Amino acid sequence: MNISTPLNATRRGFLAGTGALVVSFAIPAVAQEGEVATPATPAPQNPDLPGSLAETPSLDAWIRIDANGKVTVFTGKVELGQGTKTALRQIAAEELEMDPASIELITADTGQTPNEGYTAGSQTIQNSGTAIRHASAEVREIMIRQASEKLGIPAEDLRAENGRIVASDGRTLGYGEIVADDLLHVDATGNVPLKSPDSYHAIGKPFARVDIPAKVTGGAAFVQDLRPEGMLHARLVRPPTYTARLVEIDEDAITSMPGVVTLVRDGDFLAVIAEQEFQAITAMRAAYATAKWDEKENLPDQNDIPAFLESAVSETGSVASVGAESVSGARTLQAQFTRPYQMHGSIGPSAAIALFENDAMTVWTHTQGVYPDRDALAEMLDLPPEKVRCIHVEGSGCYGHNGADDAAADAALIAKWLPGKPIRVQWTREQEHLWEPYGAGMLTRVSATLDDSGKIVDWRYDLWSNSHSTRPGSAGSLMAARLMGRHFQLEPAKLQISPSGNGDRNAIPLYDIPNQRVNWHFVPDMPVRVSALRGLGAYCNIFSLESFMDELAEAAETDPVEFRLRHMTDPRARTVIETAAEKFGWSDDPLPQGRGRGFAFAQYKNHAAYLAIALEAAVDRETGIVKISHVACAVDCGEAVAPDAIINQTEGGIIQSMSWTLYEAVQFDRTRIQSPDWSAYPIARFSAIPDSIEVAVVDNPGTPYLGVAEAAQGPTGAAIGNAFRHATGKRIHDLPFTRERVKTVLGV
Amino acid sequence: MKLTVNGTAHEVDADPSTPLLYVLRNDLGLNGAKFGCGLGQCGACTVMVDGKAVFSCLTPVMLLEDREIKTVEGLGTIDNPGPMQTAFIEEQAAQCGYCIPGMMMRAQSILEANPDATDDELRHGLEPNLCRCGTHMRILRAVSKARTLMKSASAAPAVERA
Amino acid sequence: MKRLIVRFVILLAIVAAGLFAYAWKPAIDPATPPQRADFDQELIEKGAQLAAVGNCTACHTNPGGRSFAGSFAMPTPFGIIYSSNITPDPETGIGQWSEAAFSRAMREGVSRDGSHLYPAFPFDHFTRVSDEDNKALYAFLMTRPAVKQSPLANELPFPLNIRFVLAGWKLLFFDEGAHQNVASRSDEWNRGAYLVDGLGHCGACHTPRNAFGAEKPDAYLAGGEAEGWSAFALNEASPAPVPWTADSLYAYLRRGWHADHGVANGPMAEVTGNLGLLPDSDIRAIAVYLESLMGTPSAEREQRGEQALKAAAASDLVLASASGAQDDTPAARGETIYYAACATCHDSNRPQPFGGSNLHLSSALNAPDPQNAINVILFGLPAASGRQSSIMPGFAAIMNDQQMSDLLAYLREEFAQQPNWDDVASRLTDTRSGKYHVSVRPSDGIERGPDNVGAKDQ
Repeated sequence: MNISTPLNATRRGFLAGTGALVVSFAIPAVAQEGEVATPATPAPQNPDLPGSLAETPSLDAWIRIDANGKVTVFTGKVELGQGTKTALRQIAAEELEMDPASIELITADTGQTPNEGYTAGSQTIQNSGTAIRHASAEVREIMIRQASEKLGIPAEDLRAENGRIVASDGRTLGYGEIVADDLLHVDATGNVPLKSPDSYHAIGKPFARVDIPAKVTGGAAFVQDLRPEGMLHARLVRPPTYTARLVEIDEDAITSMPGVVTLVRDGDFLAVIAEQEFQAITAMRAAYATAKWDEKENLPDQNDIPAFLESAVSETGSVASVGAESVSGARTLQAQFTRPYQMHGSIGPSAAIALFENDAMTVWTHTQGVYPDRDALAEMLDLPPEKVRCIHVEGSGCYGHNGADDAAADAALIAKWLPGKPIRVQWTREQEHLWEPYGAGMLTRVSATLDDSGKIVDWRYDLWSNSHSTRPGSAGSLMAARLMGRHFQLEPAKLQISPSGNGDRNAIPLYDIPNQRVNWHFVPDMPVRVSALRGLGAYCNIFSLESFMDELAEAAETDPVEFRLRHMTDPRARTVIETAAEKFGWSDDPLPQGRGRGFAFAQYKNHAAYLAIALEAAVDRETGIVKISHVACAVDCGEAVAPDAIINQTEGGIIQSMSWTLYEAVQFDRTRIQSPDWSAYPIARFSAIPDSIEVAVVDNPGTPYLGVAEAAQGPTGAAIGNAFRHATGKRIHDLPFTRERVKTVLGV
Repeated sequence: MKLTVNGTAHEVDADPSTPLLYVLRNDLGLNGAKFGCGLGQCGACTVMVDGKAVFSCLTPVMLLEDREIKTVEGLGTIDNPGPMQTAFIEEQAAQCGYCIPGMMMRAQSILEANPDATDDELRHGLEPNLCRCGTHMRILRAVSKARTLMKSASAAPAVERA
Repeated sequence: MKRLIVRFVILLAIVAAGLFAYAWKPAIDPATPPQRADFDQELIEKGAQLAAVGNCTACHTNPGGRSFAGSFAMPTPFGIIYSSNITPDPETGIGQWSEAAFSRAMREGVSRDGSHLYPAFPFDHFTRVSDEDNKALYAFLMTRPAVKQSPLANELPFPLNIRFVLAGWKLLFFDEGAHQNVASRSDEWNRGAYLVDGLGHCGACHTPRNAFGAEKPDAYLAGGEAEGWSAFALNEASPAPVPWTADSLYAYLRRGWHADHGVANGPMAEVTGNLGLLPDSDIRAIAVYLESLMGTPSAEREQRGEQALKAAAASDLVLASASGAQDDTPAARGETIYYAACATCHDSNRPQPFGGSNLHLSSALNAPDPQNAINVILFGLPAASGRQSSIMPGFAAIMNDQQMSDLLAYLREEFAQQPNWDDVASRLTDTRSGKYHVSVRPSDGIERGPDNVGAKDQ
């Protein structure tokens, strides 16, 4: 795959309009489930259609067939390292009766693809996959109908095979021979049956990821690898704090350095542009050393985040209110949990390339949402949205709203100053660590009452949190727009309670509990910049409630797995719980001193993938080191399109969550963030990785796709906490489980 | 100045204090080594110099005259991948893949120095390299597989290898 | 003549008998391992602090192994000694040791079975520890998880492998007895002296040793060696560019770093890591005592310290760049290397303690020998797993001996205003080849517990 092709093609013809491609879907106004205040996906045109077809019903928005038979599939979703490019090909190939490798796939590009909002919330296969599946089936049926007319053979005597329609008499017609101008420019009907699982040749079958060969041989695989002709290198000079104001910079000293083309200064936005990359770096260092800023002390006390959250509540929303107000039982337990601010920490700092030419802006970006990003950029640049095109190119691993959109804005803002020159912005490690929006700090309090038979009869859960999304859609979400002279402001955060949840994601236990009160105490102020991090509130909520389930199990003198099953009627939940326990070899056999077992379960968002996990941990009380030795996990995400990708994502989620749980907290004083690199914000290294992780995929062919990529975050954290409790008899309520905290909790 | 990269001598016109990473990527058009931190903390930029793994982001080219530099492009091509690359493809050992070339180069240096490195030695040796996607289990599997493939590759007659 | 011989033989027998009487120590009967309930929790907690002062875990835990289970290899000039298992396992640890046996080991350097212990176990310091503190240490160790792990056999040549010989060593070099307070000094000072000379056994690394491996009494804390690192002088010969004060010593020992001195490194990192358990008052006492040893700095030293601080502050502001001198001297070549390879971190005003330290303040570059500078440049500072730590890449694979020697010449000239050390070449060769053994550890003061990662030995 050659990623530089679209860039070159664009340089030649995008702005003139190549006409090669008819994109006939409207660009509607927008609403994204759960995550955002600013709506992101278009309003449904036909809400009855499956997946993203509801918003973009026209078949040719999804599938194009050339006269030579080449099939191109379009998705508004992007590859984030989760294997999307491969899985979506498998889905299209299945219904089109083709080889997945022969399908061309175009991912998010405002110039070409449907608007599917953000690639977030583990919804790619659920939304885009479903749309492409149905669109492909409908296209296949159209091909058969057309062939029936051309060949004069009844449709039931025709079948699709290998990209052709094959008649019972042996005659065949290729898709390219059938397709005519506007043939696919029709809306989906939603009435075409999908293939049955027993006839699958692509879905659920092992296909090698299409992107890996280039990535292991030095191919241009990432936005960082694009080098268009005439490109200039830009480096940013960010303020020392979010709100610092630029007082003074010796511009001449910087611009007179070798290779420096210019210094861009717009309010507090500062960047150096040079011909060569190292020249830009050298100039950036000089600018950092000489720029003077006015800083304010306005961060909360890192050591008392609960106090900040409790003091800053604007309103309280009821997430769930079920059953009686007041219930008495045999025994009531309560607990409080906290989570610090945590980082995405992509290994490759954010980057983007922007080109301003003929009054139009093109940006190559690793954003999760090309359309919302385009709208935000247009507002910032004071350009009509149709004059801004965002093309997605992969970046380093993305686990939510990181610096991608900001880097796109930085590049675009600079490019507008230097028309005709492709501008490459590459963030430094420090900029990524200090400026990405973090996963929000949280406080939770839970209390529950058990009856005499050891059943939970009452559940009260309160959480304190910011919104977990400040994604673009409007300019105020972009750092460059906030820093520039116009000083766009972030739109005020609003409390929104939705089925998918945000800070309250997974705040409602899936267990059968007759009386439940769940509240979100909403904190609008964001002195520490926050936004979506893999799982949003689900990580802390599941950590809290699954830790507490173990406390309740202990109070009820019941095995934790049995206790969960006692409160669970959903058969699919029961299956993953039982499967994980069995794969792990769950038992109450004694373990050597200092070792413990932990279990946890959740259905992500209470309507996506089911995941249960069991693991064993060793706790060294002398050093405070917690080491996970082995893990068994079961996951049910409906029909498994790409089982290996599901395993890969789940293993990754387990390891990432382990790192969050054991090690990670953004450090800050009252003025500055103090976690500028991997020294100050350590994450798991190889020595901490478990000896084994086994992931069992519970396949449910023919059932709807359930988002899976974020499902492991919460259960892993809770299972570690439960294993720690089992190993030591003590529970840690505050994340992360640093060595100091472990030693303090355990004493000597 | 002259730099020998993947067996080929290149004349590069760069400030001698430029870190190797930028010369590889911008002057020689090699994408394998990635910018990760510029501080020697993450290993995304790892390449080999005279068989040993080094952080190219912190290695000024002035120190590299007459040295053999090897990048992931020197391990094979997309059409004819070398043992390390084959192992990573076969084990599907990538999520985003950004850290992977650095992982491969460090593993390659360990195995070139000790073709019989144990799994523990490989795990320990990879410690300087970070992966944020959590692909560690697969990376370890791929590196173990590479150990086997490298041995059979070096045992095979030269003709077959070509 | 015959009578002379007889007399000589009799004399020899008497001396031998006397020596034997001196050397022979009885075994102390095995005791039933005590239970946790046998000790007050308070006593155990006090013992934990004392064990931290003693840095027991450093030698009695093998990296990657269980805490206190021993078998850690300690290279000495005489051969390799493996540490013993001091968990309460009855068979392989000290489970059968009574408190009396434990106290005797601390006081006299004698094992429960009566055999002499090698002075790698610093009984020459531990003899100063009070009975009360030994009681607490005993309570702490006997309540650790028991680990069954037999210690590895020492690798020592004859006759050093005969423990009886150690009696002779003790006769010559061992000064048994509890710590004596100096009446003219404050309680705080005396407390500091007790911790430094006793459990802290600072002299084990910071005092030079004689040919028999004993600390030289006339060079108390004058600078020694530990695991391939120079342990700097803690007296008036301290090489720190900015003179230490009680306040800076306190901050350094408390946090593992000080802005004027950099981060604790090599084996010292573990020491400061362990001291984390200690109350502030004890750390303060150690600082006060050490400051008194260093004495009041001369006006000239004070002035040099101020200059170093000024230079360090100035390099925050000026853009790092070479002077442009074109001389083909080692230091000029080294300067070019410094600005290309080192200045990114060391001249970039990155926040301490995790940013590169400012070399104007480096003790290593002002030290009498280049060993620590060589160690750090060759091997760097490995990252600690899951814990904040300074990280520095090693340059062993990047720079050859010539380049490194040039670099050192520049560093020495620029940051210590002294000519290059004259033994750089030989030390570089031996350190790089592993002939000179260096242990490389994360700089965060991590204890040598399980998976003390990033740790490796060169």
